Amino acid sequence: MRDLSSDLPVTFQSVALCAGATKILDRLSLTITPGAPTFIVGPNGSGKTSLLRLCMGLVGPTEGSVSWGGRDAVGPGRLAMLFQRPVMLRRSVAANVTYGLKQAGLPRSLRKARMEEALARVGLLELAARPARRLSGGEQQRVALARALAREPELLLLDEPTANLDPAAARSVEEIVLMAAQSGIKVVMASHDLGQVRRLAGEVMFLVRGRLCERAGAADFFDRPSTPEAAAFIRGDLVI
Amino acid sequence: MPDSLDAWQLIITGDAALYTIVRLSLAVSLSAVAIAVVVGLPLGAMLALTRFRGRTALIVLLNCFMGLPPVVVGLTVFLLLSRSGPLGVLGILFTPLAMIIAQALLVVPIIAALTRQTVEDLWREYRDELTALNVGPAGRMATLLWDSRFSLITALLAGFGRAAAEVGTVMIVGGNIDGFTRTMTTAIALETSKGNLPLAMGLGLLLIALILVINGAAWAVRAWSEEKAG
Repeated sequence: MRDLSSDLPVTFQSVALCAGATKILDRLSLTITPGAPTFIVGPNGSGKTSLLRLCMGLVGPTEGSVSWGGRDAVGPGRLAMLFQRPVMLRRSVAANVTYGLKQAGLPRSLRKARMEEALARVGLLELAARPARRLSGGEQQRVALARALAREPELLLLDEPTANLDPAAARSVEEIVLMAAQSGIKVVMASHDLGQVRRLAGEVMFLVRGRLCERAGAADFFDRPSTPEAAAFIRGDLVI
Repeated sequence: MPDSLDAWQLIITGDAALYTIVRLSLAVSLSAVAIAVVVGLPLGAMLALTRFRGRTALIVLLNCFMGLPPVVVGLTVFLLLSRSGPLGVLGILFTPLAMIIAQALLVVPIIAALTRQTVEDLWREYRDELTALNVGPAGRMATLLWDSRFSLITALLAGFGRAAAEVGTVMIVGGNIDGFTRTMTTAIALETSKGNLPLAMGLGLLLIALILVINGAAWAVRAWSEEKAG
């Protein structure tokens, strides 16, 4: 059965993450609470992906601690993550979604209805019988979204899900993310695309070289950045 | 080549002795592959997904066993099953069952080692996604085996090829008894040494044809299911 206790807030306490001798994240303390979408922005290699992976519990911190709703382990099925390149299982679109439901412990009798509802939500119901790996990149990302959202997560983590997509496909992914956020799911998304951040973000976390450089409401971040790095990044200057 | 003409005649006229031999060969090798699948797929997947002391040594050993000399396996099974051996009471030496067991021992390492490699490669791709979906250890194994099913067909074919082509083990543990444990390969060896080249040649051609047909069928199944599943 599903654990109904909340995994929010996610709290990082002076977290560091190292890969060998390289520090990917350093002295990171932050809290992710329910509310408007949080966007993680920053140059390449600033640690956006690692931050999301820590949030998801895919890796543990080298130093410091991460907790979910006050517990030090991720509750089953309340978190979902979308990767830059989604993994489609070698089966139909519908089977990909019901697979996620089965793993979340949803009884078999409820899976079909929930799957159809989720596919309808991402506009792919008519492709339900198609092999998932034959779909375009944008369609695959929408299947991954349906698979994640069908599990009714509390927190949806997205790692640059539109990075490899053309504008039209990116737009449909954005619409689904916005819909999810409006339905009360906490969205945390890494993005390169400042236009996208302006369109969707409620608040922005700006990372530079593994440190949280600035955290502000989206409007404040764009209009009145408080650090020179953030100002340079918004202008499109190189931030190293 | 009058010999090969005679061989074709034997095949076309449906010589009864010849077909008994063919049937037994297929039954023994396919049963051995079936047993090896039941043992080798989970063993390979388990090795791919778990980490324990001695794992690397076990993988090297398994890869090494892919090249196990059939006569040595035959001799070992012979000693185990012989009247004075530890399993002598079973009384199955010189029966098709003994041949199936011996061939399964040859095929398990092939299927397990190739499964291990395939599943481990796929796991690299799937790890984050399956972890994010809270898939447990048993579910991971099942999912990875199912999603590598097209590559695993090749592993099964390699195993079947090994079983169907070998002569050493079935000769030793089967005894090449006419009408009972005589397979295509033992018959070819016997008929060649007797100088009955037409029958040996006919059996040889038939063996190659059978392996071709089975590989072709497996290829067709793979292409068809890949088309369906993407």
